[in-house]
Amino acid sequence: MNSRLTYILRLKPGNWVIFLLLMGVPEAYSQGKDLIRLDQLQEAIRQEKDHIQVINFWATWCAPCLKEMPLFEKLNEERKDVRVRLVSLDLDLDPNVEKVRNFVIRKKIKSEVMILDEQNPTSWIEKIDKSWSGALPATLVINNKNGKRKFVERELQPGELEKLIAEVQ
Amino acid sequence: MMKRLIVGLLMCVSLSAAAPVKSGYELGDIVADFRLKNVDGKMISLSDFKDAKGIMVIFDCNTCPYSKAYNSRIIDLNNKYVTKGFPVITINPNDPGQSSGDSFEHMVSLAKEKGYSFPYLVDETQDVTRAFGATNTPHVFLLQRNGNQLKLVYIGAIDDNARDAAAIKRKYVEEAVDALLLNKPVPVLRTKALGCSIKWKTA
Repeated sequence: MNSRLTYILRLKPGNWVIFLLLMGVPEAYSQGKDLIRLDQLQEAIRQEKDHIQVINFWATWCAPCLKEMPLFEKLNEERKDVRVRLVSLDLDLDPNVEKVRNFVIRKKIKSEVMILDEQNPTSWIEKIDKSWSGALPATLVINNKNGKRKFVERELQPGELEKLIAEVQ
Repeated sequence: MMKRLIVGLLMCVSLSAAAPVKSGYELGDIVADFRLKNVDGKMISLSDFKDAKGIMVIFDCNTCPYSKAYNSRIIDLNNKYVTKGFPVITINPNDPGQSSGDSFEHMVSLAKEKGYSFPYLVDETQDVTRAFGATNTPHVFLLQRNGNQLKLVYIGAIDDNARDAAAIKRKYVEEAVDALLLNKPVPVLRTKALGCSIKWKTA
């Protein structure tokens, strides 16, 4: 362990980048950019004008969320006209950010992951969608070009995301 | 047992998850009585609580991490208010076919382990859950006596901080019950909490 640490510390600045890439640590994680407040999330959603956004609200403890996650990963890989954003709500119950980051690394999740840093859901749940009771999973499909949006509060089945996207096109 | 499990699993795979139409009681509605099996095997109805000034009906389960986080807070709610005329009734809405850890046997074990002094009922048909419009666990519905009827006066969360009981700023349910005990209006009528979705039967 010690010799590994000395090796890392002896790396030249340029090699640090290579080292981080080799470690497979996404840049956002090393800089804590994945942590996001609600107003930042809302702004990020508003600013995306070029793609239809599929925003999935999930948590590592939520079994149906993990079951449907491959659907979002597949969508992220296949559809270049769609921007998939996975918003973790883990921090509402557990302050351990690393648990989420480690999960994302372990599961090799390629979609964009954000970790919402908010408490007291009563103050923000309806800002995502008025109809949302707070149950997970939930998914928002939104097209800023025409203002169309769909919100679904349940686990999705194969093919449903494509239908939702078609409905906001 | 094994056969039932396999049939259950097949049903899960072959049928897409049923999406129950969102409905249920609204604030001010009179709640219909129900009859559900308690962990001690006895049937329990709202009308059994003739002397209660109101009832805290909480949809809850064994497996949800939010239910686990709130377990001791629910026990505390009953301990604090049962003698003041506001008992707790918990109801497990989850289909054990989808969530085996929420089976009746597991409910009995949890109630025993935690020393529940209040009912922990199973809603096998999920009809009561649908009637209330419960969506996640734990989900609170506070009822107030109105003659021989019970009126819904609060829907939502127990408090405003799931992860840290020491950091709670608003104890929504306690504030509501305290207000009712003083014949005052409930300060916050409706709140929302994150939680586990109810595991509906797929058939």
